[in-house]
Amino acid sequence: MTAVLPPPSPMAAGAIPPAPAKPAVARPKTFLALAAIVWALLYSVLIPVSEAIVAALPVDRASHLGGALQFFFYDTPKVLMLLTGVVFVMGMVNSYFTPERTRAMLAGRREGVANLMAASLGVVTPFCSCSAVPLFIGFVQAGVPLGVTFSFLISAPMVNEVALTLLFGLFGWRIALLYMGLGLAVAIVAGWVIGHLKMEDSLEDWVSRMPKVEVRVGEDTLTLSERIEAGQASVREIVGKVWPYVLVGIAVGAAIHGYVPQAFMASIMGRDAWWSVPLAVIVGVPMYSNAAGVIPIVQALLAKGAALGTVLAFMMSVIALSLPELVILRKVLKPRLIATFVAVVASGILLVGYVFNAVL
Amino acid sequence: MKNVKVLGVGCANCKNTVKLLETIAHEKGIEIQMEKVEDMEKIMSYGIMSTPGVVIDGQVVHAGGVPSRQKAEAWFQGTAA
Repeated sequence: MTAVLPPPSPMAAGAIPPAPAKPAVARPKTFLALAAIVWALLYSVLIPVSEAIVAALPVDRASHLGGALQFFFYDTPKVLMLLTGVVFVMGMVNSYFTPERTRAMLAGRREGVANLMAASLGVVTPFCSCSAVPLFIGFVQAGVPLGVTFSFLISAPMVNEVALTLLFGLFGWRIALLYMGLGLAVAIVAGWVIGHLKMEDSLEDWVSRMPKVEVRVGEDTLTLSERIEAGQASVREIVGKVWPYVLVGIAVGAAIHGYVPQAFMASIMGRDAWWSVPLAVIVGVPMYSNAAGVIPIVQALLAKGAALGTVLAFMMSVIALSLPELVILRKVLKPRLIATFVAVVASGILLVGYVFNAVL
Repeated sequence: MKNVKVLGVGCANCKNTVKLLETIAHEKGIEIQMEKVEDMEKIMSYGIMSTPGVVIDGQVVHAGGVPSRQKAEAWFQGTAA
């Protein structure tokens, strides 16, 4: 089979047709169906195309280098296509779950079930850490319990579509699901614990003084084509920012794939070393990165024989707890509550690491 | 003369929003008074939950992310006269 595609340059791999010049997508349903078909077709020819590219290169397919190249030419478009598809769909889904609607859903609920709801909503609500403070105050003002607010605040950055897609694309659905389940569990339990510590007095005074607001939600008037535009916008924003990390991650993976991994890290970060999990968390907290940035490191650690629980604990602590976010939160929380927040979440992540290492 | 406030703690998106609005106003030849609100307490008093927010003549018209060009152009529509 001849290669019908150009060599996978990172951005050409996506299935987004060029954005229409008109204000809205003319026939949204047709557009979605076509996009899905094109995407599926492209996806299904990835293996033959990657083989064809390697065959066209002057390297022996059976050699280490050949194996590594095939892995790279297959995995790069695969992961980028998955990412584009998922980010597009989630961009549309996100348009239903604005922070305002999420708040309205959570306002006035009791703890317990609300923690679970908050953590789950954190997955589908658009959130960036520079919005952490307005969001936090908005929730508290509307009478969302403190613990429930924290459940949301923990899960929103940690469990998101980018992290899950990358884990799925590179390590398979099992690791992706485990990460999601455990991430949600940490968010729910940590929020619940913080709620039961009754620390409402540890909000900064100006926050407590803010007037309580009535929650009202504006009409959701977005049309399907506007949601498609929202999806395209998030593809441009997220995939456009994340692809270099993905490339590096896959290159690292490919290098290791072709050349048999040494169990180099196993002695340091293997499951036998009990202190590896706390070490991973301590190293991870001051690091600040989005989910995509950690992936290359995760890839390298796993391949070098580090235990899965240790690596996931590392990943969670990098994403969920970061110094810049704490600095922002300091504007609304007194030091005692910040310390509690870090301690509770870090313990949750520790537990996850240990459980994982023990079970797998 | 329009009074435009951009609410945000100085993240990249907030700066882009300011730039976008100034460009559009300039293109349309509308005089604006741009004000950057960076104090968290003041930002929150507008009742928004994501930044950057845009307030035009005291009315919150946008919150969360850089507004699209079309959306932003509509804010300056019909006021040129």
